[in-house]
Amino acid sequence: MVAVIGGGIVGSLIAREINKYVEDVYLFEAKNGIGTGVTKANSGILHGGYDDPPGSLRAQLCYKGNRLYDEISRELSIEVKRIGSHVVALDESELAVIDELEEKATRNNVKEYRILNRDELFEMEPNLSENALSSFYCPIAGITEPWEVAIQAARSIELNGGRVFKGKRLVEVAKKDGKFELSFEDGSTYTADLVINAAGLYADEVAKLFGDDVPKIFPIKGEYFLLGKDVRYVNSVIFPMPSELTKGCLVIPTVDGGFLAGPTAHGVQSKQDFSTTRDGLAEVKEKTLKLIPSLDFSRNVVKTFAGLRPESGGKDFYIDVGTDNVIHVSGIRSPGLTAAPAIAKYVTEYLIEEKLHINLEKRQNYIEHVEKVSHFVETDFDYWSKAIEEDPEAGQIICFCNKVTKQEIKEAIRNGARTIDEVKFATRASFGECQGSSCTSKILKIICDETGLRPQDVLLNEKGSWIIDSEVRSI
Amino acid sequence: MRYETDVVVIGAGGGGMAAALSAYKSGADVILIEREEEAGGVLNQCIHNGFGLHYYKKDLTGPEFKETLQEELEKTNVRVLKGTFVLDVSRDKRITFVNSDGIHEIKTKALVMTTGARERHFNSLGIPGDRVSGIFTAGVAQKYINLQNLKPANSALIVGSGDIGLIMARRLHLEGIEVKGVVEILPYPGGLERNVQQCLRDYDIPLYLSHSVTRVEGKNRLSKVYVSQLDGTGNIIPNSEKVFEVDALITSVGLIPSVKPVEFVKTGPGFITSNTNQTTEDWIFAAGNCTVIFDLVDYVAREGEKAGKYAALYAKDEYISQEKITIKKGKNINIIHPSYIDPNQATKLYIRVSRVFQKAEITIEPLGIKIIEEEARPSEMVEIQIKPFKDNLCKEIEVSAHELG
Repeated sequence: MVAVIGGGIVGSLIAREINKYVEDVYLFEAKNGIGTGVTKANSGILHGGYDDPPGSLRAQLCYKGNRLYDEISRELSIEVKRIGSHVVALDESELAVIDELEEKATRNNVKEYRILNRDELFEMEPNLSENALSSFYCPIAGITEPWEVAIQAARSIELNGGRVFKGKRLVEVAKKDGKFELSFEDGSTYTADLVINAAGLYADEVAKLFGDDVPKIFPIKGEYFLLGKDVRYVNSVIFPMPSELTKGCLVIPTVDGGFLAGPTAHGVQSKQDFSTTRDGLAEVKEKTLKLIPSLDFSRNVVKTFAGLRPESGGKDFYIDVGTDNVIHVSGIRSPGLTAAPAIAKYVTEYLIEEKLHINLEKRQNYIEHVEKVSHFVETDFDYWSKAIEEDPEAGQIICFCNKVTKQEIKEAIRNGARTIDEVKFATRASFGECQGSSCTSKILKIICDETGLRPQDVLLNEKGSWIIDSEVRSI
Repeated sequence: MRYETDVVVIGAGGGGMAAALSAYKSGADVILIEREEEAGGVLNQCIHNGFGLHYYKKDLTGPEFKETLQEELEKTNVRVLKGTFVLDVSRDKRITFVNSDGIHEIKTKALVMTTGARERHFNSLGIPGDRVSGIFTAGVAQKYINLQNLKPANSALIVGSGDIGLIMARRLHLEGIEVKGVVEILPYPGGLERNVQQCLRDYDIPLYLSHSVTRVEGKNRLSKVYVSQLDGTGNIIPNSEKVFEVDALITSVGLIPSVKPVEFVKTGPGFITSNTNQTTEDWIFAAGNCTVIFDLVDYVAREGEKAGKYAALYAKDEYISQEKITIKKGKNINIIHPSYIDPNQATKLYIRVSRVFQKAEITIEPLGIKIIEEEARPSEMVEIQIKPFKDNLCKEIEVSAHELG
């Protein structure tokens, strides 16, 4: 059995890649949902690969990953929108940085870019600050919903004979007869021939369980605003000039029509500190308003949130074989989402086959294509009408903001969703401007009806995130 | 299936049911559409009394108010489509909806929007802290407790002293949930005075005026809420921080008119209408909280009734929109409804002043109307009647308020 520790986008895609060769792939996620750690709270950008340090693993895998997303999108039925990106120069001094970007792009072998003059830029992005002079435009950059990639990859594993476990935190590893005995917090144990450690923020700690040392991970907090769909602020991803440490605070369209402003980049002590801060949110406002002065932070905010990125000292990915048959995939900071499909191939084709000399053969019966939970509002009326004829619940709208039907919610539950957030990330129900005010209580009831859970057992996401204490009075 | 009708009403809350009834009584064929499985809107979960004092001259609970309207509706041949969601309203007067029978279209002559409002969510306020379970809008908490028999908290702090917040403070208290206070950012309460008395003072629940939530904290479920006092300019007063140990934060921080899916009608942020409830699209009428937020369902029902009547008359070509006079907000006026007057028709003007007055004089010029209002405050709407009038030179009316004496 091959065990993958970590059900984020990187772990899920690695598990899926190995599953193309090996049926017995087990994916273990510590949290209660697939793609709910680092994967959930990031910018969702497919970067062009032009500005990573030439020669780094990041540079090697980012552009490759970007190119692989066409295939991923087709096979996993996920949305990828190649809306392009601009790195915008706001004054004369920044024009020089555009030249540096061009030089880096050349060294990274990225040819898909153009330097735009002011007129060309404003034709594409009329809401930019009037200070904008020029941009480094990359048409292959795009956006996706990272958690959807992870969820769909996990489904493909279940579809192809592998197994996916949630709420399983690895606490101990023992070596026996050349195999690993993996013990989890819930008391269960599994024996694996090969283990991939893709534990995100915790990859350094998981490596220690295997007796290996990988570069220590420092959580870097990024705070964001999510803005609603009422105003179309930008058409593509808008970057300021990058610094040594980060790509800066951006303005990013989301796949379903909203906008993200952020992130900040500040180191924090705890890997569990997902709080937003007064200073952080103020910083996002100040910086993004310099790019898009019309951003309406008083009336257009849907929510704020923070995510943690796993940074390591070398600022590069650390992906290598450990002691015996374990591979550590650590320090997957930006552009980890973009690189993830390429990381999956790097791990499988290079580290497993070439470095560990494990011979892999493609499975004959492997099913590449995975359907996603049908989102009827995006289909045509004929298709939707037929679905309603077969199942009247396909005509019952539960989430009014994003027009999600009862059938879709039940399908997500059949696929394994047990928490409100899992239903949310699988269907977009409660993701809209009312933030679940209209539908959360209904979703809670549907989860209870479908699974037999009591209302007080249904969680928002993680252990302790209860919603209902008890019945008001027993009937 | 294709439907044809004179008037479609979207939203079967108090306003929509009243609109459908009055359109029917004015001789129109009517279809009333409701996205929930039951008509009544928020009335269903408002099990307290105080409804109907103006409209029915009776003190009713929310469900009783709804049932009164519903009983009348059942005597008509108004078609009510429940569990039905409107996907699209096109400019050529076609309404596409979905329900468990499929996707269908209605060809109509007039439309009444009575889509109500939604609660502003805490998440949109940009208040820092942990992302935790246990933060509910007052309406959601009310729905859990009153309709689903589910208790979402053991101890709570309420933020926002709008009427729903005040009523929920009492409701939670009565169900054994410890309510540690109500926090209001403004120097005066957001809800009706009668609710401050009956929901807070009667139960010794403290009201913290000029206070704001600055941070929420918890590991997966809320455990602490940080609150600070504000000075006259809205800045935090140093060292005024209080920490409330609660497992729920119930928010009542404003209502936002729901105007979907007719984005081509002018809004600001609710539908902008005339005294005949006509919007900027002459076949679309609007009433209730999707125009401005009203204090009472009585006002909403009355507005709905009027919208239904004019929509029916419009559908029969008996009401043609006239040149309209703009009503302008003058000094010390925060909200004014309607925004335009057809001077041939009577007008009921609803206004909110922008600050608290001991004794306000409200003037409507150039019509020469003057009204004295004792203790006028932003939380209580003032109603003013304007009779039909003829004045060809009058292009604009201005409403202002000032302190007397």
